[in-house]
Amino acid sequence: MSVNQQAHPGPPYGQPQPGYQGFQQPAYGGQSLPGAPQSQYGAYNGPVPGYQQPVPPQGYFPSLGFPSKGSPVSLNSDTSLAPNFIGSLRAPPTSGAPPPASGASHPSGHVAYSQFEHGDVQNGIPASAAPMQRPPASQPFLPGSAPTPVSQISTFQQYGPPPGSVQQLRNHMAGMTIGSTAASAPPPAGLGYASVPPVSGSVSATGSGLYTPYSASQGPPPPSVSQALPVAQPPFPGQTIPTQRLPAQVPGFTPPPPSAGVGPSSYPPTTGAPRPPAMPGPPLPGQTLAGPPSSQPNHVSSPPPPSTMAGLHPGPPMSGLHGPPPPTHPPQPGYQMQQNGSFGQMRGPQPNYGGAYPGAPNYGSPPGPPPPPKRLDPDSIPSPIQVIEDDRNNRGSEPFVTGVRGQVPPLVTTNFLVKDQGNASPRYIRCTSYNIPCTSDMAKQSQVPLAAVIKPLATLPPEETLPYLVDHGESGPVRCNRCKAYMCPFMQFIEGGRRFQCCFCSCVTEVPPHYFQHLDHTGKRVDFYDRPELSLGSYEFLATVDYCKNNKFPSPPAFIFMIDVSYNAVKSGLVRLICEELKSLLDYLPREGNMEESAIRVGFVTYNKVLHFYNVKSSLAQPQMMVVSDVADMFVPLLDGFLVNVNESRTVISSLLDQIPEMFADTRETETVFAPVIQAGLEALKAAECAGKLFIFHTSLPIAEAPGKLKNRDDRKLINTDKEKTLFQPQTSFYNNLAKDCVAQGCCVDLFLFPNQYLDVATLGVVPYQTGGSIYKYAYFQLETDQYRFLNDLRRDVQKEVGFDAVMRVRTSTGIRATDFFGAFYMSNTTDVEMAGLDCDKTITVEFKHDDKLSEDSGALLQCALLYTSCAGQRRLRIHNLSLNCCTQLADLYRNCETDTLINYLAKYAYRGVLSSPVKTVRDALINQCAQILACYRKNCASPSSAGQLILPECMKLLPVYLNCVLKSDVLQPGPEVTTDDRAYIRQLVTSMDVAETNVFFYPRLLPLTKADVDSDSLPAAIRNSEERLSKGDIYLLENGLNIFVWVGVNVQQSLIQNLFGVSSFSQISNALSTLPVLENPFSKKVRSVVDMLQGQRSRYMKLIIVKQEDKLEMLFKHFLVEDKSLSGGASYVDFLCHMHKEIRQLLS
Amino acid sequence: MATYLEFIQQNEERDGVRFSWNVWPSSRLEATRMVVPLACLLTPLKERLDLPPVQYEPVLCSRPTCKAVLNPLCQVDYRAKLWACNFCFQRNQFPPAYAGISEVNQPAELMPQFSTIEYIVQRGPQTPLIFLYVVDTCLEEEDLQALKESLQMSLSLLPPDALVGLITFGRMVQVHELSCEGISKSYVFRGTKDLTAKQIQDMLGLSRPAVPMQQGRPLQTPEQPVISSRFLQPVHKIDMNLTDLLGELQRDPWPVTQGKRPLRSTGVALSIAVGLLEGTFPNTGARIMLFTGGPPTQGPGMVVGDELKTPIRSWHDIEKDNARFMKKATKHYETLAHRSAANGHCIDIYACALDQTGLLEMKCCANLTGGHMVMGDSFNTSLFKQTFQRVFSKGYNGEFRMAFGANLDVKTSRELKIAGAIGPCISLNAKGPCVSENELGIGGTSQWKICSLDPSTTLAIYFEVVNQHNAPIPQGGRGAVQFVTHYQHSSTQKRIRVTTIARNWADAQTQLQHIEAAFDQEAAAVLMARLGVYRAESEEGPDVLRWLDRQLIRLCQKFGQYNKDDPNSFRLSESFSLYPQFIFHLRRSPFLQVFNNSPDESSYYRHHFARQDLTQSLIMIQPILYAYSFHGPPEPVLLDSGSILPDRILLMDTFFQIVIYLGETIAQWQKAGYQDMPEYENFKHLLQAPLDDAQEILQTRFPMPRYIHTEHGGSQARFLLSKVNPSQTHNNLYAWGQESGAPILTDDVSLQVFMDHLKKLAVSSAS
Repeated sequence: MSVNQQAHPGPPYGQPQPGYQGFQQPAYGGQSLPGAPQSQYGAYNGPVPGYQQPVPPQGYFPSLGFPSKGSPVSLNSDTSLAPNFIGSLRAPPTSGAPPPASGASHPSGHVAYSQFEHGDVQNGIPASAAPMQRPPASQPFLPGSAPTPVSQISTFQQYGPPPGSVQQLRNHMAGMTIGSTAASAPPPAGLGYASVPPVSGSVSATGSGLYTPYSASQGPPPPSVSQALPVAQPPFPGQTIPTQRLPAQVPGFTPPPPSAGVGPSSYPPTTGAPRPPAMPGPPLPGQTLAGPPSSQPNHVSSPPPPSTMAGLHPGPPMSGLHGPPPPTHPPQPGYQMQQNGSFGQMRGPQPNYGGAYPGAPNYGSPPGPPPPPKRLDPDSIPSPIQVIEDDRNNRGSEPFVTGVRGQVPPLVTTNFLVKDQGNASPRYIRCTSYNIPCTSDMAKQSQVPLAAVIKPLATLPPEETLPYLVDHGESGPVRCNRCKAYMCPFMQFIEGGRRFQCCFCSCVTEVPPHYFQHLDHTGKRVDFYDRPELSLGSYEFLATVDYCKNNKFPSPPAFIFMIDVSYNAVKSGLVRLICEELKSLLDYLPREGNMEESAIRVGFVTYNKVLHFYNVKSSLAQPQMMVVSDVADMFVPLLDGFLVNVNESRTVISSLLDQIPEMFADTRETETVFAPVIQAGLEALKAAECAGKLFIFHTSLPIAEAPGKLKNRDDRKLINTDKEKTLFQPQTSFYNNLAKDCVAQGCCVDLFLFPNQYLDVATLGVVPYQTGGSIYKYAYFQLETDQYRFLNDLRRDVQKEVGFDAVMRVRTSTGIRATDFFGAFYMSNTTDVEMAGLDCDKTITVEFKHDDKLSEDSGALLQCALLYTSCAGQRRLRIHNLSLNCCTQLADLYRNCETDTLINYLAKYAYRGVLSSPVKTVRDALINQCAQILACYRKNCASPSSAGQLILPECMKLLPVYLNCVLKSDVLQPGPEVTTDDRAYIRQLVTSMDVAETNVFFYPRLLPLTKADVDSDSLPAAIRNSEERLSKGDIYLLENGLNIFVWVGVNVQQSLIQNLFGVSSFSQISNALSTLPVLENPFSKKVRSVVDMLQGQRSRYMKLIIVKQEDKLEMLFKHFLVEDKSLSGGASYVDFLCHMHKEIRQLLS
Repeated sequence: MATYLEFIQQNEERDGVRFSWNVWPSSRLEATRMVVPLACLLTPLKERLDLPPVQYEPVLCSRPTCKAVLNPLCQVDYRAKLWACNFCFQRNQFPPAYAGISEVNQPAELMPQFSTIEYIVQRGPQTPLIFLYVVDTCLEEEDLQALKESLQMSLSLLPPDALVGLITFGRMVQVHELSCEGISKSYVFRGTKDLTAKQIQDMLGLSRPAVPMQQGRPLQTPEQPVISSRFLQPVHKIDMNLTDLLGELQRDPWPVTQGKRPLRSTGVALSIAVGLLEGTFPNTGARIMLFTGGPPTQGPGMVVGDELKTPIRSWHDIEKDNARFMKKATKHYETLAHRSAANGHCIDIYACALDQTGLLEMKCCANLTGGHMVMGDSFNTSLFKQTFQRVFSKGYNGEFRMAFGANLDVKTSRELKIAGAIGPCISLNAKGPCVSENELGIGGTSQWKICSLDPSTTLAIYFEVVNQHNAPIPQGGRGAVQFVTHYQHSSTQKRIRVTTIARNWADAQTQLQHIEAAFDQEAAAVLMARLGVYRAESEEGPDVLRWLDRQLIRLCQKFGQYNKDDPNSFRLSESFSLYPQFIFHLRRSPFLQVFNNSPDESSYYRHHFARQDLTQSLIMIQPILYAYSFHGPPEPVLLDSGSILPDRILLMDTFFQIVIYLGETIAQWQKAGYQDMPEYENFKHLLQAPLDDAQEILQTRFPMPRYIHTEHGGSQARFLLSKVNPSQTHNNLYAWGQESGAPILTDDVSLQVFMDHLKKLAVSSAS
């Protein structure tokens, strides 16, 4: 091992590596290779260096598990991690100190190792690697914490900044430490963090100081909890050995608990007396669960570590980073404590909380235990904010290296870099669980859905490399003979490289002569690093003509703009606006990498009751209009001159765009058609023999006599009846058939709706939905307020990367099978997802079911192959591979879940359910499934505890709150103000959302603007979505991916109002603002930059709404405070948690 | 009135009428025994330089079923101011305006020289003429260019206030909106789908709220022009616009792959044109002018598929019932033709292509509506260009030689009934006492609609004598026929031309020689030919020939002088002498023979045959042959192979072709270049003479004939050789001696043989 290490360690790895390497190496025979290969990679890899780095990690990750065991081992560790997580939360302060020690020890012996594993568990992701790091992490932790406290008591914001610095430090550290992990760890501490060393010692001091605020809040809860609420988070108890402490904390906390508080011990005691010991940290699973026996032992052995573990959370993910992360941790831990802590606990904590947040003075006041005993303390229940913040701090600083099987990636809310080392980036694929039960029985028992959320054309940050394009010439990609899987890193070459065995179906296939390459002594091909398809998780093949429709290479796609010119559209100024915008927008059509101009051709159609096509051939002096009135039997009146190159026909096009608004200025036509418009586009593409996209700008219910004519069937009386589902179903099957035709031609439809009344989105959306298009809806469109939003959406929609005529197939290793698909697409059979168009924002959720057993050894593989036509008309195959672990212990499953992804799946599942079942049934099914998931955990994985206690798996502790958000969403529980169209719109929207979007959609981000640091680029720390968290004296921003609300408290300082809105008083603020005024002062700039930053993160431009406290609009705003009880009957978070608990108890009894 | 010939000629010039019999057999039985029916060729708008129209309305007989117009044949009681209708004997009061009439103060219509008179009627709104161009764009670039130029040119020939419209078609059909500025706008229709008039009007946005019709009388809607103004605009307004539009007209952009015909939606284009006019300008004068360069290949009215490997139907296919699209297509065009005719709109077809264009199926459009049919090889030929230009030619008085929406009403005295008409018309289904139950041609009516006609348009009208054999010769001894033609003059005036003629009755048993002498064999030949062609259109060819032969034999039996079974004794009187020869040539003519002609050509020939006046018709039946030589002035010679001599230049006019044929010697001289030598200037003149004569014909004829200049042994000489009487063939060449004439390689019988047979059969007692 050591030998290997040396080889690897090389420079690439940060500190952590060295340590790991030792372990890892054993696992991979190939490690030695890595070094050499790396250089090879360079060839195709732009960023050679980056690449190299990643490579090594792979090597060691596996090793982490253990030399002998290989991956499986790592899995175990992972599982353990999860529990740790929890533990870590609260432990941080106190434990922080201890961990380091443990960490150090770990390396030495197995025993230590085991501990590590725990640690890893906490981290969740990088199982084995993580553990190692953690220890160090924990150490730094303390130090880190120290600084924070200094700054102020405890504010998230503070945390934010620290991490940054921390990272830097880490880097330094990394550099330093390279040589030896263990050794390194210490040094960094010494260097960077004065605090580090102090850890243990100082810990108490600093840590306590810092934490106090948090802990205080936390502390209190426990006591009350125990009494009032049966619920108790598993984490606490278990983790903290310190059961006893808890009690201590409680009291102590409130005051200056530092010393006492520090000890994680405080929690456990109070709450779940029984389980306290194991539960908390990482151990949780281990302890309670038989599953992770290995972990258990560890736990036992190192009760103290747990605490450290907690701290580690963040750290673990990045092995290299570990060192540094610690600092950040400290704050988190505090938080976590709360969360984990226990819902059960009283509000006591709240007060503390308040204290913590300068923003919420209110809270401050009631710090005391006064709160009614019976009520669950909101601060004591798991906080999404805290989890997000922790993950961000712990995992945001180091690249996520994908070499290891079954790693849980950082949360979607965390900014992180990905290094592809054989598995697809989580930007492309995220799974609900990275550890799959080996048998279907287990899967059924757990009720945890196995699903992957795939975003095949996801946009990558500029720092990450796009998938390499591999051209295998005329013979095309190498594939398995039987299952037709594409060559990928998991294929096993045998017989000296003459054949390969398929990793999916085990069939042995001859290697084509031109592809032959010798194997090295580890059985790896010599050209391993030269070939992306052998070493990367994501890559593209150039498709041969066999992959093309009709065996002809496709022509470049076309964009057709189809503009409603009926009275409403003209009168609102929409037509003029679109025409004006198109003039400039046409210069920004998507183009392939280095091409000078876009290959995409454009065409124009206007319509009301009839369609007008335009001939904009470059040779014409004036455009020609061709009217097709035969809407019953649509056809395209011209071929040549309809679809043109923008540059060639520029003058004719701009002449046309100038004339369109004039021509229809006096129109009195109010009726429109719709289906014929799509048919026209479809026919045009057919005639041009290309794929393409239709941009339809539509204003009203299509009531003109034509195919696809609709009637107004909006009937709110149907809500909450068995017929409610009809509101989501299309009126007629006509559009389904049309969609099918569109898909066959590769005709994608993007629909921009500008309704002034019901226009039946459920029906109109069928075609866009099934063709992989998007729908944008601007109700009551007004030029002044909505044009900016619309134009931004339009620009983004036109410019974004898009593939056409796409077919996606997901192959899996034997044992599981993709059984169900959710998203905007069409399926003509049970395996192929067909999309006329697929853009970078479209996501497909795929559910897997067992059809056989899986083995822990070989794990489970997914290969998502997407065949599509690029915007330049090139036929390509994009391949994403992902390897997952398999487990025989449920605990491993629960330790490797991703709640955000789970929610994404559940929401899509439920949203599809409303098409066929009454909404109530769907809601009940959701609740029931989640209750079963949690009950199964409680029954099989959690340590024994009183039935009155609510124990949540660390990875799923946010499941209840998020689930509640899903249940309260407009689709499943509409308020009176939600229109039928809105519901249908949202239903379709959510169905193609990725995890990041669903996350913020269901649990909006609430930022206290007044807390923003005007001098930094960072966002203010988010707060929980509850009215209680709002202060009358502050301004808040809430975003959910569709809207941005700026909430202004009644007591906001005049100067702030002046700075932000340019008016002198609260009452003068106009509700009608759709943008913030541009004012030259730091606060205004900051707020606008925050808004811009948020807008930049979302695929759609969000509508900005100014909400004044106690104003009418506030009702709307409150709808998004999802932790509160909603007007439409949605439960508050606390109530829902109790409800869930009840459900779980029923299941258990 | 010296001879019947003069009488006939005089009548024709005055009234535009030629009767087969100018003395009428007085009984039904006798009439049928005459073999050639009592019939006439009527040229309703025959140009009359000496006929100033009168500016008042005609006086009508007050009997509702009669309504004959006051005419010189009426008996007038000047004192009582009464007149007796010479058809129904109703006594009518003169209208107040006629209070001042007396024997010496007669209105024009009572004067004998005004047996034909024209009234100008000031009733009703005057709608401008409408010209709707329907243009095929599936043409070769060169053709399209030529066509565009012709169309642009035509704009300057139209009356300035005429409305024009433009429909183009290829795979799609485009109706161009002419009123818009800047962007050019058109409505596009799928070329494969037949639409009802209602749908077309809806889609063009022409339907107006159907309000006023129900309450009371249908208002004359003055806003009609406004509604349709988008597609039909006054020439003077959109002259430039349309010129540009035509200039920018592109070939049909849809790709035509190898081995395919372009997709051409002629059927739908016509349907839309008809529908457009139907909805906007019913019952006004309008021309739909279809320019097509190939067969319809899709949609309703398709004639052939788009696979080039499947050739367009031939007569052979039709006989074998292999023309799969023919029936359906014909039906489609017939429906259109009837709709169009019902609204008084005519359809012209200008078909220029080397192959067939589906005239066979489309012929009814032109035939029933009085439209022109022009067939050429290319739009880039002078044949088309000049023909098209001639459509807009003006008459002696500067008026367009076209009239619209004519309504021909025929009235007969009681002893006669109307059996039918053959010509470019449709029946108006006007039943009445003078309508015969036996139909000849388009019968069962006394009124026909002729949507478009020009001064030479001629109808054949067939009568039946209904007087019973034992009844006395009808009162007055004369039978009368009145032709009343309401029409829209090219100046948009409404006019009525009334022609009243009368002929003597004669008892065939006692006065056969009178009847015989009054036989107009030219008119008879044409009338019989029309009947024959009419039958040929609907029946099998051989049957028609047999019928013709039978008729001829019967006529010869009836009027020949011979001894039974002695062919050599057979003689025909002068007034019948040419008749068998006409029939001989008729039998060989493309009107009855389809051999060597495509179905389109046959349709084309028949179309023209059914509308031209007597002179032209005769030329068609028996082409004229002139000979030019040094032996004397140009002279007409026999249409016989014997006329083809080496030292002659022949000029043949078949109506459709003008052939100049240089005899062998002449051709050699020309090749030797004698005409260029000053000393042989006379030869140059000889060569030039037929060219000048041909030019004269070319300049007046419509449609312009195909001009063929050939010589002995030239491939084009076949045009001449196929027409002449094959008196010398390879079979009898040596018998005739080699010095004269040219042998024709044919097995057709010569006139001589034909006559021999005819005589034999005529005298035979068997038949």
